[in-house]
Amino acid sequence: MKVLVPVKRVVDYNIKPRVAADGSGVETQGVKMSMNPFDEIALEEALRLREKGHAQEVVAVSIGPQAAQDTLRTAMAMGADRAILIRTDAELEPLAVAKLLQAVVEREQPGLVSMGKQAIDDDMNATGQILAAKLGWPQGTFASEVIIDNGSAIVSREIDGGVEVVSLTLPAVITADLRLNEPRYASLPNIMKARKKPLETIEAGSLDVDIAPRLKVVSVSEPPAREAGVIVESVEELVNKLKTEAKVLP
Amino acid sequence: MTALVLIEIEQGQVRQASRSAIAAASRFGDVDVLLFGEGVDAASALSGVRKVLHVPAAPHLLAEPTAAFIAQHAEAYSHILSPASATGKNVLPRVAGLLDVQPLTDVIEIKGDDTFVRPIYAGNALVTVQSADRIKVLTIRSSNFDPVDATGGSAAVEVLDLPAEDEKSRFVRVELSDSDRPELEVARVIISGGKGVKDARNFETLLAPVADKLDAAIGASRAAVDAGFAPNEMQVGQTGKIVAPELYIAVGLSGALQHLAGMKDSRTIVAINIDPDAPIFKVADYGLVGDLFEVMPELAKAL
Repeated sequence: MKVLVPVKRVVDYNIKPRVAADGSGVETQGVKMSMNPFDEIALEEALRLREKGHAQEVVAVSIGPQAAQDTLRTAMAMGADRAILIRTDAELEPLAVAKLLQAVVEREQPGLVSMGKQAIDDDMNATGQILAAKLGWPQGTFASEVIIDNGSAIVSREIDGGVEVVSLTLPAVITADLRLNEPRYASLPNIMKARKKPLETIEAGSLDVDIAPRLKVVSVSEPPAREAGVIVESVEELVNKLKTEAKVLP
Repeated sequence: MTALVLIEIEQGQVRQASRSAIAAASRFGDVDVLLFGEGVDAASALSGVRKVLHVPAAPHLLAEPTAAFIAQHAEAYSHILSPASATGKNVLPRVAGLLDVQPLTDVIEIKGDDTFVRPIYAGNALVTVQSADRIKVLTIRSSNFDPVDATGGSAAVEVLDLPAEDEKSRFVRVELSDSDRPELEVARVIISGGKGVKDARNFETLLAPVADKLDAAIGASRAAVDAGFAPNEMQVGQTGKIVAPELYIAVGLSGALQHLAGMKDSRTIVAINIDPDAPIFKVADYGLVGDLFEVMPELAKAL
């Protein structure tokens, strides 16, 4: 089985995002970029499936500008066998991303798509579900455990108040939640080796997919700031203030 | 214009988050609700609902048949909504995929029939977007919308057939954590622990007594969940639950950006931390610098 792992290049999770002064978006120029953390987890899961013998090949795919090559090299340094860049300078919405991924899936014919549940930039949490819908495949979202068994994926899913287990007939789309695994680091020798792994570039425009935006960004703004309050000296003072000042305790 | 809201039932009642989604949907016009499984009386009694579409024999909201069913009925509606619950987040983007529209998730404000505000970058920015899609598919952050009343209505019920099973996806089992505490999303008071709580047992011995006195839900930071101190369903933050209780007590929790994104809309925030420079104090209304192992027993006694 082949596993396809979409990886997104996003502002590093340690960087506090800054809203552009003209309200058009968030500053990304000169900001450290990294692989979306949920995609790292999804990639790790694909690598483990290969190590257990369930998968033979792990293919990373990224959609974005030329610089997204760096993210793909990181994916290959972690262990992906090869990579595909769908090159575009356009800002894409999840629907467009899912359609481009659908085109890649139709070409590559993977048995499983393993992807992050959401990207930490737009926080949309939608691309995996849209892709599964477009392909007519079952979906295992917010996965905390994946077991491959006889042509099925048994997926434990994080739900409100607990865990739900579903059985999906492969091929399927799985989206990774935090607890699925702890991603490995790329070792220096593997970073060197990744430079020699194949990275194919395909122009998004050549895929004959409608990627026109459906949304117009009216404005991007900072959320209202919360003011720091007061430091109390004792538990007694705290309880007293919660009762008489904040009036949140009877 | 008419909106359709996918609702969820819990212990015979319509979930508060679903009632918040109905309140949001009422901005667009008439509201129909879609119910799978039991709870039709509770659904019919909801305030502000025109019609209940009821699919009786469908206990598990698996994404594949549920989304296919909604997509089949979608053309009668201008907007399709649900709360941004685990079910809503699973099903509605799939509906959008089937309809070939771009969904909008975690909407916090409705500015018009086609214009919505949602947080991005873990709530560090808010984006206002205008959708050109013919049907708007939205999940709603329930803490930003006051729920409609659970009673007072008498909506008509239309019974619909179970959608065809999708043989590619099968329900195996559900494991719910049994707890007498209120759920995080609806609790009036939340007490959350971070890495400073040090282990799972301390959640029980230090946080639970205070939670018991306040009828509070217990939450945890991502760091505490990652360290195995608390299960993931207790996680508050960008990657967990988004909450806005009357009172939020953060214990031994530094206040990472991703955590603040999940609780900074709480009405009153209390921080208890041994580190006076912890970022949590920058958003707290009341800060207490101290050792939680001493402070928490004292607090339990004082309440």
